[in-house]
Amino acid sequence: MSENNRRIAFICSNGNLDMAYPALIMGWAALGNGIDVTIFFTFWGMDMINKARVDRLEIAPVANTSMKMSLMGVDTGNLGIPNIMGVLPGMTAFASNLMTKKMETLEVPPVREYLEMLVDAGAKLYACKMSVDMFGLEMDDFIDGVIDIVTAADFMDMTEGAQIVFI
Amino acid sequence: MTTKEIAGKAVQVNDEGYMTDPNEWNQDVAVAIAGEEGISELTPEHWKVIDYCREVGLESGSAPTLRTITKGAGVPTKELFGLFPKGPAKKVAKISGLGKPEGCV
Repeated sequence: MSENNRRIAFICSNGNLDMAYPALIMGWAALGNGIDVTIFFTFWGMDMINKARVDRLEIAPVANTSMKMSLMGVDTGNLGIPNIMGVLPGMTAFASNLMTKKMETLEVPPVREYLEMLVDAGAKLYACKMSVDMFGLEMDDFIDGVIDIVTAADFMDMTEGAQIVFI
Repeated sequence: MTTKEIAGKAVQVNDEGYMTDPNEWNQDVAVAIAGEEGISELTPEHWKVIDYCREVGLESGSAPTLRTITKGAGVPTKELFGLFPKGPAKKVAKISGLGKPEGCV
């Protein structure tokens, strides 16, 4: 398939900080290579476009088997973070802060700025109608660049022929 | 790797069409590659981006990423995508005579 007419659509259904990035990174790479990008935000993924939430995305160490002590800067190899520690107050904020700092050092922009870049580069952002109704949101709650609130059927229509990535 | 004649000059390019020796680049080569990439005229705004990429590319040995360009050359994302439509990452690197950009942002 020629990259000139290649299209890709991401469905962002997760509002955790770590899961916000895959669509942003791949979407940016796609735009840089001339591939048309559409992003559909649904369920918890709505946090990524919610003005009140986008700067407050977090990552929780509880029940995340890949998160090891070594990620916290403690050189303990494969030793995990005990779930009992993860439930302590402040642990989620601590982990989120650590990831945010790490991203900063790698010069990866925060989610809000990343979305602005994508919109400026031509990505089309849409919010899921059912999630909007469920969470009691409206267009005013969203960051600039969200084009519309659409149904699942609208999404199917607008992504005909596109490669779809669900996150 | 093959040799290709661009703007009357023999240059080395890889399978993807990127020049492999940035020293074989000159402004005429840039204009010719830009034409191949669908950009018929290189304006001063284009040159601002290309010059910046040359500077960074020759120093670091690889083409800068798009964010490096927008931040470093002070060219907004929207403008960069307007100057080099349909895939600025590849186009800028090719026109600047550098390899494929390394890095994801």
